[in-house]
Amino acid sequence: MSRTSTAAAPADLMLRGATLSYLGVMVALPMLAMGVEAARPGVAAFRAALSDPFAWHALKLTFATALIMVVIDVVLGTATAWVLVRHAFPGKGLVNALIDLPFAVPTIVTGVMLVVLYGPASVVGTILGRYGWGVVYHQPGIILALLLVTYPFVIRSVQPVLLELGRANEEAAATLGAGPWTTFRRVTLPALRPSILTGSALAFSRALGEFGSVVLVAGNRPMKTQTAPLYIFGEIEGGNRHEAMVVSVVMLASSLAILIVLNLIQRRRGGVDGH
Amino acid sequence: MATEVCRPAAARTAAPRPAPRRRLPLGRWALDAVVLGSFAIVILVPAGALAHQVLAGGWRPFAEALAAAEVRHAFGLTLAITALASIINTLFGVAFALVLVRQRFWGRALTDGLVDMPFAVSPVVAGLMLVVLYGPEGWLGRGLEGAGIRVIYAMPGMVLATMFVTLPFIVREVVPVLLELGTDQIEVAYTLGASRWQTFWRVTLPLIRWGLAYGVTLTIARSLGEFGALLVVSGDLIDDTQTATLYIHDGIESFQPDRAYAASLVLAGLSFGLLVGMDRIRARLAVRDGVQE
Repeated sequence: MSRTSTAAAPADLMLRGATLSYLGVMVALPMLAMGVEAARPGVAAFRAALSDPFAWHALKLTFATALIMVVIDVVLGTATAWVLVRHAFPGKGLVNALIDLPFAVPTIVTGVMLVVLYGPASVVGTILGRYGWGVVYHQPGIILALLLVTYPFVIRSVQPVLLELGRANEEAAATLGAGPWTTFRRVTLPALRPSILTGSALAFSRALGEFGSVVLVAGNRPMKTQTAPLYIFGEIEGGNRHEAMVVSVVMLASSLAILIVLNLIQRRRGGVDGH
Repeated sequence: MATEVCRPAAARTAAPRPAPRRRLPLGRWALDAVVLGSFAIVILVPAGALAHQVLAGGWRPFAEALAAAEVRHAFGLTLAITALASIINTLFGVAFALVLVRQRFWGRALTDGLVDMPFAVSPVVAGLMLVVLYGPEGWLGRGLEGAGIRVIYAMPGMVLATMFVTLPFIVREVVPVLLELGTDQIEVAYTLGASRWQTFWRVTLPLIRWGLAYGVTLTIARSLGEFGALLVVSGDLIDDTQTATLYIHDGIESFQPDRAYAASLVLAGLSFGLLVGMDRIRARLAVRDGVQE
């Protein structure tokens, strides 16, 4: 603080000016341009583009698949974090390192992996197809792709909190006669709740925009497996830029809302940590 | 007397314990099995399926697929874009992290939030925003086109798209390290007569290097794999603007997947290597944290 007052030097101001301009041109200006261009034809046109049955279905499908995925993520992610922190088993270090793989592997490669494994020509795909279960080019494929891509979020959010939490409170609850499930539900879970929320909000936001893995797995069938990002891409390709921009603005607004909620959660958690 | 009192007490507390302890492992094993089983289904089996698919016919077809001119060109373009975007974002990331942590100014919280926006934007939407801004009829594109500079459907647009999606990584990794560092060591350097530039190179940079390394690794991994934004921005012209991920997409879509599978395995291998690097760096960061505590 003292430095900024004593040496509010030209160098500081230059650095600030340069980075803020860069941020403005790189992030703020493109968002502004799209917002303005989407709104330019007027409210009626905006509403018309949104009420297009294909657009509406794509948005509904995107939110529905992301919602199913996030429920699975919460249960599985919390359980995985728990096992990684509390249990010992051979190969734990390797599992712990490989959990981040979806953060590193390109999304299109994720899609290729799933097509190879579950595609109609594959062994697994043939067996599932015999029972009438389609994965690739069907909605379960979308959820599977989203699960793979967002796998680390909840785990990596909960794990450090669980590690720091220790077991003192749990042992106290057990001494007072609580069973393991009651202890988890009444003692551990409330302490983990903010980190579970943070992880699942990040996963949900990521799932809404996911494109690379879904494009190969979903097969892009309108009104069936066409999610919002696929719809946007299709409209760009078809030259309907306004329709693409309107759905993009809705997606952007949803992600922004999630980010803001996330920020509030983190601020509250920061306050709790401070005590 | 004392021992006689003690013994039954010890026996009483010890007696009920073994029963629940002995019943517990079943639930514990079930939980382990569910967690490890889902880990295998979600991560290991798909990765193994890809490796098996590519290498089932031996190494020669794999090597031949990679030797194809389009494949080499696509990987060359991907590496070039990754290098450019990573260098520019490293410069910006460190500079902006310094501004965010060490300067107080109006609108600081807003810019702090703005940095994270690329994480909240779908890659396809990111590409669309760049087309709206830099496309032939775009706000900036019109002027640039007049000056003979083509951004969209060309290399500059692809670098811009990659820079956009990877913009937050380095800032987000360096800011917490700088915050934890405080300004004491910087003040000492100034007091001893070091210039700003010397202080940055000799004091700040060595102290933030592992956080920076982590951010750069994340940036490289994401740049290598960026697809959606590039697909929108590139126009996907074969050879000219086809990166590795776009090549893979084309191969699968055109039902000639063998080379696409081979290229996928290479990208997966590269990202696995980066992951190992990330793990090492995180271990370094943990060691440093441990030392400071």
